[in-house]
Amino acid sequence: MLRYFLKRLGLALVTVGLIMTITFWAMNAVPGGPFEREKAPEPRVKAVLEARYGLDKPIGQQFVMYVGNVLRGDFGISLKTGREITTTILTGFKTSAKLGAMAIVVAVFFGLIFGMTAALFRNRFPDRLIIFLTTFFVSVPSFVLATLLLLVFSITLGWIPVWSATDRHMLLPVIALALYPMSYITRLTKSNLLDILGQDYIRTARAKGVAGWLIVVKHALRNALIPVITYLGPLTAYILTGSLVVETVFTLGGLGREFITAILQRDYPLIMGTTIFLSVIMIGMTLLSDLIYKIVDPRITFS
Amino acid sequence: MNMQGLHEKKEGVILSVRNLSTSFFTGSGEVKAVNGVSFDLEAGKVLGIVGESGSGKSVTAYSILQILTHPGRIVGGQVLYKGVDLAKFSQRQMREIRGEQISIIFQDPMTSLNPTYTVGNQIGEAIRLHTSRRGSEVRDRIVELLTLVGINEPQKRADQYPHELSGGMRQRIMIAMAIACEPDILIADEPTTALDVTIQAQILELIQKLQDELGLAVIMITHDLGIIADMCDDIIVMYAGSIAERGSADDIFYNPHHEYTKGLLHSIPTMEKTDDMLIPIAGSPVDMLAMPAGCPFAPRCPSAMKVCMTDMPEELEIGDGHFASCWMNVKDMVMAEAGEQHE
Ligand SMILES: Nc1ncnc2c1ncn2[C@@H]1O[C@H](COP(=O)(O)OP(=O)(O)OP(=O)(O)O)[C@@H](O)[C@H]1O
Ligand SMILES: [Mg+2]
Repeated sequence: MLRYFLKRLGLALVTVGLIMTITFWAMNAVPGGPFEREKAPEPRVKAVLEARYGLDKPIGQQFVMYVGNVLRGDFGISLKTGREITTTILTGFKTSAKLGAMAIVVAVFFGLIFGMTAALFRNRFPDRLIIFLTTFFVSVPSFVLATLLLLVFSITLGWIPVWSATDRHMLLPVIALALYPMSYITRLTKSNLLDILGQDYIRTARAKGVAGWLIVVKHALRNALIPVITYLGPLTAYILTGSLVVETVFTLGGLGREFITAILQRDYPLIMGTTIFLSVIMIGMTLLSDLIYKIVDPRITFS
Repeated sequence: MNMQGLHEKKEGVILSVRNLSTSFFTGSGEVKAVNGVSFDLEAGKVLGIVGESGSGKSVTAYSILQILTHPGRIVGGQVLYKGVDLAKFSQRQMREIRGEQISIIFQDPMTSLNPTYTVGNQIGEAIRLHTSRRGSEVRDRIVELLTLVGINEPQKRADQYPHELSGGMRQRIMIAMAIACEPDILIADEPTTALDVTIQAQILELIQKLQDELGLAVIMITHDLGIIADMCDDIIVMYAGSIAERGSADDIFYNPHHEYTKGLLHSIPTMEKTDDMLIPIAGSPVDMLAMPAGCPFAPRCPSAMKVCMTDMPEELEIGDGHFASCWMNVKDMVMAEAGEQHE
């Protein structure tokens, strides 16, 4: 178990290293640079700036320097704002983490509830309604959904403010972000639960005299959770990429927006920092979902 | 309804199934899986139910416990347990019966246990549901039961998951779970079909031993008349949802009165008979959605007469407690009466 975990951790570090390398080279391979805009600065000014940030050195040397700094925990400063990358990322991440975590909780919680309801009321009204809505949410892209929500609830109806000092303005972004994974989990849970309720061990539980609701909660749900747990990895990926869009539509100052701005402005250290940070989270979540998987399903053995 | 009386031990007939009919209402029509089945089970006795695949053995058992799944339901008849009709019980009332008064073990021990809980947990669940034992008392009882069903290192086994145990061991676990609350009746639905031949004998021996020690009444379901020959007091032969013949084990083995029973007996391998002497029953089972008007076995019956195709034979008592539903018996009886009159 521990050996497996250490092995996975090692692999994870290699993956992050690879992502870092590829991003660095790809970023530099694209023509243009941080100080080239429509209104380019004078060549003299540009040279000074580039020298200051080490951009005049050969790329290989830049990379070695960068890796060295990262290993010391120094991600550099933003070319645009001059702020520490770590500070920028952590500030942005506070908003994004809040948004992402709420979206995950909402998606999993309601996904399980709706999935269970649909399974238990199979082919009756609640099931039909849930399946209709989830099909809709799965097929509409999140930026359309986000814009639609904003338009209807904030602008037309005016129920939810676009911005507020409390967390009320987070409501719509969370919904926009959670609807797709929630729908996915609903459908996953429904089909799994139906499958499991037909299993022999459910009949055994009934034959023992276990009450109907307890059979669902104790014997079926636990098994139905297994695929949902494996979905946690892809779910995080979705939330991470989804938040890029949602944060932009709702103008939340999260990591996603930081990331997009960094790319648009060619803020190299910020692009690198954000990429590394996001991939660490992604890989961490996948590892975590594997561990939970193991706890829930004793048949899984690590080797 | 007087539930209290159900907890008292009783002599004689404890389960009396009367005219039980169970159907599945499928998209393509009503499947009459069990069609007017009647039999009695005496306390402490072993009743065998035999019949080929699809004859309605499992559905009969599930109907008794009301663990049928959609779209199946009991459409008629009674299941009198100690005189009370279980067929009228709600699911809630049945929960007090299942696992406490009447238990069942299934054909496939590999899939009948929940893979995500330890076997101890699953046995403990039954104990907690039906007894007042809690905490360490439950644990003690689990270990006691595991020992009783012949499992070594019960302390260790209790904490293992089903996938860590062999098929035979899992069936022992199922049996431990079934007898955990000392039921009156144990239904064993083809308990050895999924197991190796050597393990089969061990499991049957175990059931016999427990039946003897705990005074259980056992309903032993099988499609193989041969393996239950020694252990049954009475036997029911089912065909296409109906009882073809029922009687004591001796009646069935030495004095069969239904062509289907005779066919079954011919297809049992014994020491004297070699493989090429076995005669399988010709033809294939009936289509349950298009049941023939007459005797369901008629299309495959070597001695079928005209009447067999058009009318369902009544159950006729051949000897004390020995019944068969076959026109041949009616014919024999009529001829015998005619012979008497002739003299
Ligand atoms: N869920 C169901 N839906 C429709 N028909 C069913 C269902 N379950 C059972 N049946 C029907 O009931 C009939 C009897 O089935 P049952 O399982 O009792 O047979 P069995 O005698 O136990 O056979 P086996 O030896 O294969 O276990 C079958 O012919 C089948 O067509
Ligand atoms: Mg069966």
